[in-house]
Amino acid sequence: MLSTRDIVHIALFAAIMAALGLMPPVPVGFVPVPITAQSMGVMLAGAILGAKRGALAIVLFLALVAIGLPLLSGGRGGLGVFFGPTAGFLVSWPIGAFVTGWLTERFWKRLNFGYLLAACAAGGIFVVYVIGIIGLSLIAGLPLEKAAAGSITFIPGDLIKVVIAAFVAKTVNRSYPVIRA
Amino acid sequence: MLGLYIDRNSAIHALAPGVKMLALALSALALIAVDNWRVLAAVLTAVLGLFAVARLPAREVVAQLRPVLFLALFFFAVHALLVSWQSGLVTVLRFTILVSLAVGITLTTRVSHMVDALESGLRPLRFIGVNPAKISLMISLAIRFVPLLVDLVREIRAAQQARGLERSVTAVAVPLIVKTLRMASVLTDAIEARGYDPD
Repeated sequence: MLSTRDIVHIALFAAIMAALGLMPPVPVGFVPVPITAQSMGVMLAGAILGAKRGALAIVLFLALVAIGLPLLSGGRGGLGVFFGPTAGFLVSWPIGAFVTGWLTERFWKRLNFGYLLAACAAGGIFVVYVIGIIGLSLIAGLPLEKAAAGSITFIPGDLIKVVIAAFVAKTVNRSYPVIRA
Repeated sequence: MLGLYIDRNSAIHALAPGVKMLALALSALALIAVDNWRVLAAVLTAVLGLFAVARLPAREVVAQLRPVLFLALFFFAVHALLVSWQSGLVTVLRFTILVSLAVGITLTTRVSHMVDALESGLRPLRFIGVNPAKISLMISLAIRFVPLLVDLVREIRAAQQARGLERSVTAVAVPLIVKTLRMASVLTDAIEARGYDPD
């Protein structure tokens, strides 16, 4: 059952996802792919709101994209993004947020930077890549290993996002804890 | 609310969103069965014809389709190298058709109509404990707060720029989230003080 507080948290975090998409990508010296803040938002949703609310916030955000709002980074949006070869990565986001949130809740009593890193990596990288690669292989008709080989070139950039997300989540959870608050 | 919708007077614009979504779902199912690239090419031509029927400006349509066209070219090349150009063409045409149809729906359907369609589509889920009133509140709150938070990001960035931190993701994300969570708490009180009770 969702309380009014849960509803407001879910809605506002979906709006945070949109705002993160408007932040200009930050180029990082040694990685060719610039950091877009949005996929970091997936880990943050889980690590700050917890499994259920975090996943629902991302579902709500994707619903806003699907109904035609250009909220994905780079101003993309609409139903079209859910039918292209990279749709699996988008669909994986709520599940990734759920896993990060679930782990964060499990670790809550002894939560430190290391546990947050693990939770963010499990949800934000492992889950997202497994589902994304399966989707890519199905939609683009590629063998799994080729789809995987093409996708893992993005992992270095995402590892940086994991570190930033864990740091942001740690700081926010210390100053304004939402999970079990 | 600023969406991708383009206002025109056409038969496709006039169709109910539910009908368009159903057509998209059925096309997705039907396309799985087709593995002849000539048929798929004909279907794609017909779908692109729909954009003309909808009187959408070519520039906008091209801008929306550009990402999928790049992906299509890329995956066609990969397929041609790994498997064969025929299988590449079939795969690439299949997803290009679906993306084009989906883009067509987005360009011809108002966001408010999509919200209505989404809400009525979710109504049957009432029986498994999903409350449509709560979903409506979530959607309208989120839509209302997007522009507010975009302004908030701009403000925070300006403040951090003064401290030489405009390139730091953390220096923007932490205040953005903490401020938003504070807002959420005030907003919850405001909603409950007005006697909101969807259950």
